[in-house]
Amino acid sequence: MIEPSYRADDASGLWVFLEQRDGLLEPVSLELLAKAREIADESQQVVTGVLLGQEVSHLAQVAVVHGADEVLIAEHPLLELYTTPPYTKVVAELVLARRPDSLLLGATANGRDLAGRLAVRLRTGLTADCTDLALDAGGLLVGEVTGFGSGILAGIVCPEHRPQMATVRPGVFPRAAGDQWRKGRVSRVKVSLTADDSPVRVIRRSASQGDDITAAERLVIGGRGVHGDFKILHELARLVSAEVGATRVAVDEGWADREAQIGQTGYVTRPKLAIVCGVSGAMQFTVGIQDADTIVAINSDPEAPIFESADYCIVDDVFRVLPRLIEALKARGNGGE
Amino acid sequence: MSGLHTVVCLKVVPKSEEVTINDETRTLDRSKARSEINGPDLNALETALELKEAHGGRISLLSMGPPFAEQYLRLGIAMGADAAFLMSDRAFGGADTLPTSYALAEGVRAIGPCDLVLCGEESSDGATGQVPQGIAEWLDVSQITYATRLQVLPRKRLVRGRRELRGGSEVLESPLPCVVSLKVGINEPRFLDFERLEWAMHEAPVTVWTAADLGLDPERLGLPGSATTVASVEMAPTAERRREFLSGTPEEEARQLLERIKQWIPA
Repeated sequence: MIEPSYRADDASGLWVFLEQRDGLLEPVSLELLAKAREIADESQQVVTGVLLGQEVSHLAQVAVVHGADEVLIAEHPLLELYTTPPYTKVVAELVLARRPDSLLLGATANGRDLAGRLAVRLRTGLTADCTDLALDAGGLLVGEVTGFGSGILAGIVCPEHRPQMATVRPGVFPRAAGDQWRKGRVSRVKVSLTADDSPVRVIRRSASQGDDITAAERLVIGGRGVHGDFKILHELARLVSAEVGATRVAVDEGWADREAQIGQTGYVTRPKLAIVCGVSGAMQFTVGIQDADTIVAINSDPEAPIFESADYCIVDDVFRVLPRLIEALKARGNGGE
Repeated sequence: MSGLHTVVCLKVVPKSEEVTINDETRTLDRSKARSEINGPDLNALETALELKEAHGGRISLLSMGPPFAEQYLRLGIAMGADAAFLMSDRAFGGADTLPTSYALAEGVRAIGPCDLVLCGEESSDGATGQVPQGIAEWLDVSQITYATRLQVLPRKRLVRGRRELRGGSEVLESPLPCVVSLKVGINEPRFLDFERLEWAMHEAPVTVWTAADLGLDPERLGLPGSATTVASVEMAPTAERRREFLSGTPEEEARQLLERIKQWIPA
C-alpha cells in the first residue's frame, strides 16, 4: 500500500473545508456543515470548519450557526483568491498537525481541484462527488457515489488512511436554517507563505449573471428536443418565476450556459417543480432532478425514459404545448399582464 | 526551446450507453459494451494538436489499460500525435485515484521532460475527476483544472487557462511544466488523418510498459495500492412518480397541466 500520513488510531474530528469567494461562503459549505453536524452528533465528534482567505473572519460565526463547534481561520494575502498551491500547503499542514478523522469539501470546481491535490499530498483516499454520506457500523465514513450514470449506487470507504476525504455535490443535502444561538470556538492559525508558495496567478476574473440553479424552487429544463431554441423556455421560466436548466447535450451544443447544466456532470437540484422539455431522460440527467417534488415531462417520443420519472407526462411536441401553456399562464395573470 | 512536448493522457473506456445492469446479480455487465477513447480525453488531444499547430513540437500519448488499448492509441496517433506509451500490467488494475495518479505520473517521468500534461476532466467510467490533480502532485508541478480554453506563452514558459466557476470565470497563469485538465465538449475533436492512418496503425512508435519495466513496486499499484474500497453496490432507488399521462390537443394538454401544477406557481 501507499503509506498513509497517519492512521485511524491517531485521528479524530470531522473537518469541513469552508469554501468562500469574495467573502461569501459557497452554499455547499453550509450544506456540508449541516450534514457534518448530523454525523458528528451520531458519533460524538467535533465539527471543525477550516476557513482560508483574506479578511474572511466574519464567516466564522456563519459556520458556527450552521453547525461548526470550532472554526480555524487562516488569513493571508496569498489566500485572498483561491489557487491550488498555497491552499494545498496551508490545509495539508493543518491536517498533518491536527489529524482529523475526516475532511469534507464541496464538489465545486475549486473544491475538486483542492481535494484531488490534497488527497495525494496527504497520501489518503478520496471519494469524489458523493451524493450522500453516512457512517457504517464501525464508524467509517461511507461516501455514496453513482456509478456509470446507470443507476448504480456504490458505497466507498477508506479503511486505513486518514483523513477520510470526500467531496460532495452541491445541492444533495438540504440547507438548514441554522441556529443563531449556537456557540463555537474561533481560532486563528499562523500562516507562513512566501511568493514561492504561490506560482499560479489569477490574471483575470469575471462574474457571470447566472442564477444559482441549485437553489431554484422552479426549473424549466431543456434538452436535445428543444433544438437550440431556448427562447420559449426562458419565456415560460419568466412567467412562473423559474430558472432555466439544461442537459449536458444542450450545454455541449452551446444552447445554454454550463452554469445551467443539470445532472451527473452538472448540478444536482431539488426544486419544487421541474418542467422538463425535450429531454430523453438518461440516468446521467435524472440524478440531477430526482429530488424534485413534482416533475413534468414533455417529449414527442412516447418511449422516452423521462416519462418513467415524471409525475405529469405529455407526449407531444414541446413547441406545440409550451405556447399554449404560456397563453394559459398569461390568461391567469402571470407575467403581470 | 523547439516547440512544446505535450503528454496527453488517454483512457480507453467501455461505451457507457452499452454497459447494462444485470438484474439478477445487480452488477455492471460490461461484456457487451464496445470500447472507445474517453470523450473528454479527445478534447484534451484536440487541444494538444491545436497547440502543436501553433507552436510546433510533439505529442506523446500515455495510457494505462489492457493490451487492446494499443489500437486506440494508434488512432490517436492517426489524429496527429507522434508517439504513444501504454502502461499495461495486471498490477495496475483495480486502482483508485491514489495509485492511478502515481502510476501515470511515473509514466510521464519515463517518457521524459515535457512542458504540458493534458487530461480530460474525468473518465466516463470512473468519473472521479481527481486523477489530473493527483498526477500534478506526484510530479510536483502546478495544475489548472477544468479549463475551457488554453493558451501557451512559450518564450515566457507560461500557460494560461480559463476556468468556469459557479458565478463567474477566471484566467489562471501558471509556469510550465503544468498539468491541465480540460472540460468536456470545449472543442470538436478532429477526424483521423487518413494519410497518417496506415503508418499509425503499423509503424508508429508505441511503447508498452509493464510495472517492472518502470521499476514500480506492485504494492503501490492497483488494488493493493488503493486507499479506498467499495463497501457496497446497489441499484439506485427510483422515487415513485405519479406518471399521469395528459392527452388531447395542445390546448387541452396545457390546460390539464396547469390545473395540476398551479399550486407550485406563484400568481
